[in-house]
Amino acid sequence: MSAAPAYSEDKGGSAGPGEPEYGHDPASGGIFSSDYKRHDDLKEMLDTNKDSLKLEAMKRIVAMIARGKNASDLFPAVVKNVACKNIEDPNQLIRASALRVLSSIRVPIIVPIMMLAIKEAASDMSPYVRKTAAHAIPKLYSLDSDQKDQLIEVIEKLLADKTTLVAGSVVMAFEEVCPERIDLIHKNYRKLCNLLIDVEEWGQVVIISMLTRYARTQFLSPTQNESLLEENAEKAFYGSEEDEAKGAGSEETAAAAAPARKPYVMDPDHRLLLRNTKPLLQSRSAAVVMAVAQLYFHLAPKAEVGVIAKALVRLLRSHSEVQYVVLQNVATMSIKRRGMFEPYLKSFYIRSTDPTQIKILKLEVLTNLANETNIPTVLREFQTYIRSMDKDFVAATIQAIGRCATNIGRVRDTCLNGLVQLLSNRDELVVAESVVVIKKLLQMQPAQHGEIIKHLAKLTDNIQVPMARASILWLIGEYCEHVPRIAPDVLRKMAKSFTAEEDIVKLQVINLAAKLYLTNSKQTKLLTQYVLSLAKYDQNYDIRDRARFTRQLIVPSEQGGALSRHAKKLFLAPKPAPVLESSFKDRDHFQLGSLSHLLNAKATGYQELPDWPEEAPDPSVRNVEVPEWTKCSNREKRKEKEKPFYSDSEGESGPTESADSDPESESESDSKSSSESGSGESSSESDNEDQDEDEEKGRGSESEQSEEDGKRKTKKKVPERKGEASSSDEGSDSSSSSSESEMTSESEEEQLEPASWSRKTPPSSKSAPATKEISLLDLEDFTPPSVQPVSPPAIVSTSLAADLEGLTLTDSTLVPSLLSPVSGVGRQELLHRVAGEGLAVDYTFSRQPFSGDPHMVSVHIHFSNSSDTPIKGLHVGTPKLPAGISIQEFPEIESLAPGESATAVMGINFCDSTQAANFQLCTQTRQFYVSIQPPVGELMAPVFMSENEFKKEQGKLMGMNEITEKLMLPDTCRSDHIVVQKVTATANLGRVPCGTSDEYRFAGRTLTGGSLVLLTLDARPAGAAQLTVNSEKMVIGTMLVKDVIQALTQ
Amino acid sequence: MIHSLFLINSSGDIFLEKHWKSVVSRSVCDYFFEAQERATEAENVPPVIPTPHHYLLSVYRHKIFFVAVIQTEVPPLFVIEFLHRVVDTFQDYFGVCSEPVIKDNVVVVYEVLEEMLDNGFPLATESNILKELIKPPTILRTVVNTITGSTNVGDQLPTGQLSVVPWRRTGVKYTNNEAYFDVIEEIDAIIDKSGSTITAEIQGVIDACVKLTGMPDLTLSFMNPRLLDDVSFHPCVRFKRWESERILSFIPPDGNFRLLSYHVSAQNLVAIPVYVKHNISFRDSSSHGRFEITVGPKQTMGKTIEGVTVTSQMPKGVLNMSLTPSQGTHTFDPVTKMLSWDVGKINPQKLPSLKGTMSLQAGASKPDENPTINLQFKIQQLAISGLKVNRLDMYGEKYKPFKGIKYMTKAGKFQVRT
Repeated sequence: MSAAPAYSEDKGGSAGPGEPEYGHDPASGGIFSSDYKRHDDLKEMLDTNKDSLKLEAMKRIVAMIARGKNASDLFPAVVKNVACKNIEDPNQLIRASALRVLSSIRVPIIVPIMMLAIKEAASDMSPYVRKTAAHAIPKLYSLDSDQKDQLIEVIEKLLADKTTLVAGSVVMAFEEVCPERIDLIHKNYRKLCNLLIDVEEWGQVVIISMLTRYARTQFLSPTQNESLLEENAEKAFYGSEEDEAKGAGSEETAAAAAPARKPYVMDPDHRLLLRNTKPLLQSRSAAVVMAVAQLYFHLAPKAEVGVIAKALVRLLRSHSEVQYVVLQNVATMSIKRRGMFEPYLKSFYIRSTDPTQIKILKLEVLTNLANETNIPTVLREFQTYIRSMDKDFVAATIQAIGRCATNIGRVRDTCLNGLVQLLSNRDELVVAESVVVIKKLLQMQPAQHGEIIKHLAKLTDNIQVPMARASILWLIGEYCEHVPRIAPDVLRKMAKSFTAEEDIVKLQVINLAAKLYLTNSKQTKLLTQYVLSLAKYDQNYDIRDRARFTRQLIVPSEQGGALSRHAKKLFLAPKPAPVLESSFKDRDHFQLGSLSHLLNAKATGYQELPDWPEEAPDPSVRNVEVPEWTKCSNREKRKEKEKPFYSDSEGESGPTESADSDPESESESDSKSSSESGSGESSSESDNEDQDEDEEKGRGSESEQSEEDGKRKTKKKVPERKGEASSSDEGSDSSSSSSESEMTSESEEEQLEPASWSRKTPPSSKSAPATKEISLLDLEDFTPPSVQPVSPPAIVSTSLAADLEGLTLTDSTLVPSLLSPVSGVGRQELLHRVAGEGLAVDYTFSRQPFSGDPHMVSVHIHFSNSSDTPIKGLHVGTPKLPAGISIQEFPEIESLAPGESATAVMGINFCDSTQAANFQLCTQTRQFYVSIQPPVGELMAPVFMSENEFKKEQGKLMGMNEITEKLMLPDTCRSDHIVVQKVTATANLGRVPCGTSDEYRFAGRTLTGGSLVLLTLDARPAGAAQLTVNSEKMVIGTMLVKDVIQALTQ
Repeated sequence: MIHSLFLINSSGDIFLEKHWKSVVSRSVCDYFFEAQERATEAENVPPVIPTPHHYLLSVYRHKIFFVAVIQTEVPPLFVIEFLHRVVDTFQDYFGVCSEPVIKDNVVVVYEVLEEMLDNGFPLATESNILKELIKPPTILRTVVNTITGSTNVGDQLPTGQLSVVPWRRTGVKYTNNEAYFDVIEEIDAIIDKSGSTITAEIQGVIDACVKLTGMPDLTLSFMNPRLLDDVSFHPCVRFKRWESERILSFIPPDGNFRLLSYHVSAQNLVAIPVYVKHNISFRDSSSHGRFEITVGPKQTMGKTIEGVTVTSQMPKGVLNMSLTPSQGTHTFDPVTKMLSWDVGKINPQKLPSLKGTMSLQAGASKPDENPTINLQFKIQQLAISGLKVNRLDMYGEKYKPFKGIKYMTKAGKFQVRT
């Protein structure tokens, strides 16, 4: 060591590695002479070929660096072995470790090497190495901020990464290096939302808080329409429906009812974020829960914010530090959204074992939550708190009582009386605090409380706490006309003890004297002069000043000061009552859960939470380019292309590197979830994946869709299209579907549940173009009136089915039959045009899930006016329904011009029976009695299940629940395709894959009861066949058998 | 993110410091000491203290302050949660987390801390991964290490870090495959003077000890999952299946872990298993007070109440107490004014009671508040909410595991106001 004074331990020891060693080139020889030997072993280990030795050596070096030891003599060895060799090591852990060591060496000269290494690692095959690269970015940035541009490039690249391992780290790097580059997020927004749940906890926190900021810049405020809602309350003419619909939906319904204003529709991406973060409220990590809570608080519509309350209350069971932070945030939230925490009032009750700071915060929350209804219980609680041993806490309680009293007029007198009683408390602090609070309360209505002021006046003899004395004096002075006899006496006493008082009291004595002099100069003139003279020679200049000033004001001098004439106005001006406010009132302009919010001051590096934009920026920036293959319309081709993809992801199990290098694989999490999931749930797990994909597809096929749009317009010679802008039909359609608040993201929503997507699979009609037509018609029901491309459901479901098919079976012949277009029962007449005096009404069972209520069968009603006068005010009149059956009426059609047609959707809950729903169809002038009787096949919705599941379920439904019938299949009806088509046309069932070729299986659930209906058709050679239906509902089973046989044998 | 960590013992010595970025001088802790002085008690030290250049975030556990130094905006819970995770990890590694133990294992502590944070950002916080990287010290290993000069750093590559189930080690092997689940419920309650319940809730946890070979996939179902109102899961639990089927499906971590914590919905009435009769009075004139409490069982579903302890913080005016318990032992600390009575089991035939007098400070007026009584108790073989585990199934592995489930009810924050 002595041999190398220039570069010895004393320097490294004191400065540590934190201070970069400038001016030395550690690689230059000669200076390590003695140190050299010390780390010989490490160098040897680095030079070996053994992975484990290298790893260990590097770990030790990192540990040394961290401990503040000077590791710079190892620098060349590390760089040689690490930067040059290990970064290309075949083992990913070594590569990662090498990068970590390299980036921990805070020496400016290696910046270029580091940059190179980071860039290389960022495109490494292993996600773990990429994660390490992300970690290295802030390190390099802090070392040399000139590299920012290059680093942003790397960040951009890593942001596009699809693995959960990387996501958290790269967003952290983003936040450190370039939080202002919000544009980098656009393309990755949806991916981040979808990955979120599988990212590790720390990453989740960072991502969520970044996405909160992002959302604030990109989406419109969900609360902007709330005022609008109130205005339009009377316009919401189908209010009864709204009650059934989800709370949030009503907002949008009302918005849709007032088409004149631009209706607020939540951006599907906005909804995506809210939906994907919600499960994280169940996280074990308090930080994640808090992050989600603040996201909901800042981004969610009012009606949905409530969900966070429960989770936050749960955190109150945690360590006291966590409680402290959570309570601070709850305090802020409870000011704005009191209703949210009201049900949890009791969770904020204070225990004697709580630390004082927690007690005071809980008190704050309790005070915020107090309202007219719960104030008695709250006050009763406060009563017990006042007797606590913790005096700080008692003082805070008294203030809390004061605040309750000012906020809730009803209890003001009760509180005041309570506080007055406290005045006789033995503890001076309690008394003093009460006096201060009473003073504030009295200021609000002094007239009625002369007695209390008298009582307070008596206290001046006993109370010694200056603040309290000062408060009493001020009160007496201010309201001296209410206590005309006592006031001068108090002044007399105070004059006597003036010199011994505290400054604050002295000032109030002068005040009192001045006020009394002005109102009652006869009695107090001498006293006042005495007090003023005493004050004139006081030690404190404030008091001398005040005395001089007061004297000039009140004692008229010969110069006839202009001011003294107004003295009374000056001193006895009516003063506004103080407002007792929470100290948390304005804290919500800081992002909740942030350090700045906690401190109520801007912390370094705090990113302001932006205000909502007036106009939403272009949402298409978040669209992701679609891989080529999704565009090909041919189903077969697509399927072929997908197959290898799936077998890929299935084949790789666990942590293989190939998973992430595969450019098509969606994400590690997905492959993980599908590989780890039990056999039964493979479908539900993997739909996540499908969803992703379809979304992309949906966005990508936008152009395709618009083309089709055009086609449809021409093809469908339905004049209703004209209603585009104004017709109530359009508005009502969208509003009725919007009653399920999440309409904008409908398509994604649907795909979440396997049952519901398969319900979509068989849209009715015969030929391919017709399928398109119908599905697009439905799409139109679901599409919000504004913007946002939503993937056409038909396309989605076909490819989805193909995907799933690729997953579950190998029999490729099934595809066409599975997907073959199926029609429900064709148009049926509801009202003949003769009977209807020109109004003809048909209905079809659309087999779409009814958006308002999943138990309802959705019925499309087609009106056409063949008369020569417009028909006005078409609506459903008071239905007389059998027990259990209910109707969701279609919204009123205001007017139907001659020759026009219109379509409306209504939902009927048939309660799993084939009873007819009778109702009146009313126009402005007439009423028609009509009835809809459903074929049994329409009372169910298809269910997707695997063969095994099917067999299992079938096993449960034996005996009485099984109905078997033999039949002969006519020659025309022996091909797969036709059988399947006939069955699905008769009944709304989903095909279940099946190993044997001459067996057909279908499954569905009844809409209301949700009981399974399983149908098996076992076709034997020569046309003999056996039909089996298994269902809990025997009536349905029997009828279904009859219907199906009829369909097949016709 | 997190710059440095200081460990401070109760006497105000910094006995360990660790820096992840550049070195922050210890003097930054002076601000902490100031705050500590202002707060009379340790738990009243504010968890977040701003200083001119840094922010100090601290947690207090096991009589040690863990003070993290940060420089820029970061969600405070992020840091606090991390610090608690550090403490949990230490406890996991060394059994206890105390100053002497940390000092004894300072090398391992540093190694662990180094792996937990990279440049201030959490890297490996799952104890399974950490244990793969750095082996927990055992006596044998310590001996071997001192002789051979090797370290606790694992010589195998930590493949767990790459795993999609980062909480589980690969290649776990046991001869006895067993999975134990403890359903522990705590009753938080405030009982008022007259014995009526002001607030009572049940918080429960399911702690598991799973020692199973390979990669088992477990499914746990409940008889009455509707009872669970608000739940939070270990990351291993598949949320979707819970949402749709109300069953817990998970690949368990190896060893001990907390699977689930839950809250039983407030609608259900909470059965309060004990009652306390109390008669504590201070007379105005004399310097004596009467003290009498009796504890008895209330709604215990036929089970015995064990491990009962009663603690109470007496008012400052109480100088001493002379009490006689009918069973158990009692102590009164005249300095902290803390009375504690270790009752033990409650025998319903002969209710335990504690009677006697208090001597008060002469001349001082009687204290105007009565002390609150804190109660601890345990009831074995009972989950007070009525929660029952239906069955536990294992998929993915061939062998038959030994399964066990245990129920217990405890007092959480159980307070009786007098």
